[in-house]
Amino acid sequence: MQFYADNAGLFWDAFLTTLGMSVLAGLLAVVLGTLLAAFRVSPILPLRGLATFYVETFRNTPLTVVFFFIIFGLPQIDFVIGFFPGSVLAVGLYTAAFVCEAVRSGINSVSPGQAEAARALGLTFGQSLRQVVLPQAFRTVVPPLGNVLIAMVKNTSIAAGFSVSELSSLLPRLVNANAGELVLVLVGVVACYMVITLPAALALNRIERRVAILR
Amino acid sequence: MTSQTAGGPLVQLTGVNKWFGDLHVLQDIDLGIDRGEVVVVIGPSGSGKSTLCRTINRLESIQQGEISIDGEKLPEEGKALARLRSDVGMVFQSFNLFAHKTILQNVTLAPTRVRRQSKAQAEQRARELLERVGVSAQADKYPAQLSGGQQQRVAIARALAMDPKVMLFDEPTSALDPEMINEVLDVMVGLARDGMTMIVVTHEMGFARKAANRVVFMDGGRIVEAADPETFFTAPRSDRARDFLSKILNH
Repeated sequence: MQFYADNAGLFWDAFLTTLGMSVLAGLLAVVLGTLLAAFRVSPILPLRGLATFYVETFRNTPLTVVFFFIIFGLPQIDFVIGFFPGSVLAVGLYTAAFVCEAVRSGINSVSPGQAEAARALGLTFGQSLRQVVLPQAFRTVVPPLGNVLIAMVKNTSIAAGFSVSELSSLLPRLVNANAGELVLVLVGVVACYMVITLPAALALNRIERRVAILR
Repeated sequence: MTSQTAGGPLVQLTGVNKWFGDLHVLQDIDLGIDRGEVVVVIGPSGSGKSTLCRTINRLESIQQGEISIDGEKLPEEGKALARLRSDVGMVFQSFNLFAHKTILQNVTLAPTRVRRQSKAQAEQRARELLERVGVSAQADKYPAQLSGGQQQRVAIARALAMDPKVMLFDEPTSALDPEMINEVLDVMVGLARDGMTMIVVTHEMGFARKAANRVVFMDGGRIVEAADPETFFTAPRSDRARDFLSKILNH
């Protein structure tokens, strides 16, 4: 316990950094991913093409490469971004591709008759998506979306390689300084991640139960 | 706008052709439906009658020909099409009530979102319509809690809430248990008596006799014959219609 008491400040700062990255990147990923999913089912071919291109690009690129591109690549075209915002952007953009596919699977699970009825009433494509299809799609999307977001929290650890003092960056730092306390360092870091992911998983379970619908 | 077109048919299909791949599902369809007219479309399955119904609000596109409603040609896509659809009510075989919304919300969604009515105004009208179709007690339930017959009556109320110029019924009773068919047909007969323009695809010959002004018989993607119900059921002109009627009426 003395070890944790001595390093509480370090743990706390790293925890807040990881939490901040997770929340910001998660918001970006959910908003952008939903928008991309709407594009992918839209009747407008260029939007479909654009979204498909985006998803295939980010889904098939290692996250580390996305980090490199944003943090070291973008300054080449005079767009300099800090390590923390750059990491949020990298994780958010990358995860959006997976959110898109999860939401799209939810959209496909909604019976086509629902959208037909909405369109037959005179709702525009956007209105029928927002009012009828997406609210039902999200209900089936909660479990896969949970997977994507939990994976995302853990993916923020790559930011350790890009000068962000988040949880995983504690490992080399603390182990170097306290060679005898390796197990305590590992347990502490893992526990901090779980403080983020377990309540998130629990919250998603509750949401899943609350939005369950009769069909 | 309306005065200019008031003379012609409300719905006009001219030289309509549609293919699903190689399958020629609608062949040279010419059909005009007048204001207040009730047209029942019958025919064997695969004859193209549902497809015909669905082309009228462009849930199915057509490759050739022209469809106009109230003198206005059907737009291809976008806002103009949405606006035109808002004037065309549709009732589906599988009800298609919005599963995540209550009965009342199902009926008020389009009036508030498309017609920009206030919530109070739309709810008052929705309750009147639910009363009219006999499901006002279910207003706060969800669709899955209702019987098929109740759901279909809600679907009719949902379409009526937009004050449509014409109502399309695509086999509205085909998914219902037998004891629920009449409660839906009664609502439809009431609508017909009130002067609603209706195009009804159905196998309910009793409804055709009772409420239709004209029966259109389709087979193989063509309109084979069209006549008033009495003439059609007692003295069909075509062999195909005679054959079809003999198969469905003798049970």
